[in-house]
Amino acid sequence: MAKNKIRIEMPKQSAEARSKNFEEVAIGYNEEMALLEAERCLECKNPVCIEGCPVNVQIPSFIKFIKEKKYAEAAAKIKETNSLPSVCGRVCPQEEQCEAKCILSKAGKPVAIGRLERFAGDFALDEKTRTCAVKFDAGKSKVAVVGSGPGGLTCAADLAIKGYDVTIYEALHEAGGVLVYGIPEFRLPKSIVKAEVEYLKSIGVKFQMNVVVGKAVSLRDLFNEGFKAIYLGLGAGLPKFMNLPGENLLSIYSANEYLTRTNLMKAYKFPEYDTPIKKGNKVAVIGGGNVAMDAVRSALRYGASEAMIIYRRSKDELPARKEEIENAEEEEVKFHFLVNPLEFIGDDDGFVKHIKLQKMELGEPDSSGRRKPVPVKGSDFLFDVDVVVVAIGQTANPVLLEVTPEIKTNKWGNIEIFNEYGQTSMKEVFAGGDIVTGEATVIQAMGAGKKSAEGIDLFIKSL
Amino acid sequence: MSYIIKKEAHGKNIHKFIISSPMIARQAKPGQFVVIRAFETAERIPITICDSDRENGTITLYIQEVGTSTARIGMLKEKDSFLDIAGPLGRPAHIAKAGTVITIGGGVGSAITYPETKAYKNAGNYVISIMGFRSREHKILEEEMKNVSDELYITTDDGSYGEKGFVSDKLKKIIDSGKKIDEVLVIGPTIMMKVVSDITKKHGIKTIASLNSIMVDGTGMCGACRVEVGGKTKFACVDGPEFDAHQVDFDLLLKRIAMYADEEKESYEKITRKDKDGKE
Repeated sequence: MAKNKIRIEMPKQSAEARSKNFEEVAIGYNEEMALLEAERCLECKNPVCIEGCPVNVQIPSFIKFIKEKKYAEAAAKIKETNSLPSVCGRVCPQEEQCEAKCILSKAGKPVAIGRLERFAGDFALDEKTRTCAVKFDAGKSKVAVVGSGPGGLTCAADLAIKGYDVTIYEALHEAGGVLVYGIPEFRLPKSIVKAEVEYLKSIGVKFQMNVVVGKAVSLRDLFNEGFKAIYLGLGAGLPKFMNLPGENLLSIYSANEYLTRTNLMKAYKFPEYDTPIKKGNKVAVIGGGNVAMDAVRSALRYGASEAMIIYRRSKDELPARKEEIENAEEEEVKFHFLVNPLEFIGDDDGFVKHIKLQKMELGEPDSSGRRKPVPVKGSDFLFDVDVVVVAIGQTANPVLLEVTPEIKTNKWGNIEIFNEYGQTSMKEVFAGGDIVTGEATVIQAMGAGKKSAEGIDLFIKSL
Repeated sequence: MSYIIKKEAHGKNIHKFIISSPMIARQAKPGQFVVIRAFETAERIPITICDSDRENGTITLYIQEVGTSTARIGMLKEKDSFLDIAGPLGRPAHIAKAGTVITIGGGVGSAITYPETKAYKNAGNYVISIMGFRSREHKILEEEMKNVSDELYITTDDGSYGEKGFVSDKLKKIIDSGKKIDEVLVIGPTIMMKVVSDITKKHGIKTIASLNSIMVDGTGMCGACRVEVGGKTKFACVDGPEFDAHQVDFDLLLKRIAMYADEEKESYEKITRKDKDGKE
């Protein structure tokens, strides 16, 4: 069989068009593209790509179904181990995971596993084409999942497939956690998240929205209601600020607020939607991760004439996914490297007008292995802005944990776990994702949710 | 579902809602709030809980029409539902026996002083309440407050009811009369809380204020509500909403709550224009 040697490019909206709208940047493979790309998979006897996947998607098997035009079967194969293929196909850093391991990557052109996963996942999103991995039988023990982010959804789906009666408690009004409040529409359309959530409902998972566990109910209350085990997928819900003078000036946002207004509250549709946001003309986003890229690219779409990244190291150290950096560059986001904010200066009404920045240079590598930025003395200068987004990370949200002292936390407020299953110091409570590890990726949280589902199953069977 | 069992007009543009919400009613304590998203396109807005009834599973809210989302909430009828309501949020008030306590409510803020005034009374305090309104037609909760106060004074800006003047004038008079005041609670417009706080600071009277910051999620996730208390940044939603008033940077809060004044105007004009078009 003649193999197609060229990795099929992902069709995208042009940079010019997409930087003015909130619609999805990557359009997705059509059937022809998917078939051509699927042909490239060598179906290795010992597929190392699977080792690169935190949730062990059976990659060559699902790609084989695509080759055979059995798209529903391809989706079902993925869903045996991953309940959110359309999400993962879009936001996983495949270049560091499955695709990095692909045997073809040695020649620099791995199979586009993520794009194929998205293709198969999207095929099965519709109610009519929806496929279910395994038949579930309801009626086993009750398990509660706190938080409906990617980890919670994965844990819930795996437990439901094992036959448990699962209820997810979510503080916000929409299910999906960071997938709905954090990641923008142009990277992950909310209709996709909704459809994946519908899939969970179709396999019996129940959702209780607007319940802040720790306030409206305690873990004790949940056990009293008959839940045998609880999974905590709380996320890292407390934004970090820099504690600099002027940081509470108006139009300085945490990335969480900026993105929540945009994605969850749909401020980009204001005034059709009531929630406003300061659009800004010169928008500075402080930080270099994926969240910073999401914020700065949102700013462009709001119509900023200059949307800038302010980062204290150099381009090589940017922690964001390469694909997102390239997208931002194409859209003409400006990057200011080796500068660090010292102070924010406002006008009489309290709105931010300038940032005082200091130049940095790279010194010796620090504990993270990256070269440490060192201030250049006497290099301060003022920089005009009208909106600032602080995207330097988050820490653990204490709302639930401060009323649950039985669960041990470390000095940063993250939950301590005692085995690979995420079991906490309260043996019937498991935890995973950002609340345990600090900030990480969607797929890492999903991997943890999956592992905890196994652990909860073993735990309940041992009772 | 959080449906509206009872709705009453109270004062001008103020609505009293009794809402079925057993989970919130079970846990709610004085000083805490709920976040409401009344319909699909609405903002999430924090509203302090005025009263809760565990047995009947209801909570009582007073909502003043001040912008687009609250104006639309004002149009809801009995048996309608709030699309989303989450709570109780924030830290409960610390209410103990202090001696003589003055609780001060301004406008719709009186609805928040009510449960706390009741709690102060139940804790064995001598409670003096001062309620301030713009005029007679804005007055709310007079009977309820009378029942839980040892002394009740009402002021109106125009003198159409009670004493003419501001709550701060009445507070000064009480302090000047030489009565020993042990604690003051003030809830209302930010500028009123600032003025009261300045007065009690001079006299060294412990004062608590409930801050009305702009919020989005209400659970500590976004930081929209950040305020400076004692020179430190705090989140009103999870660290508050009540703080030692003498430590609060009210000038910053005044600016922050006005941040979206232009957008609010644009949004409000849009709905009033729509309503007008609808009638034509």
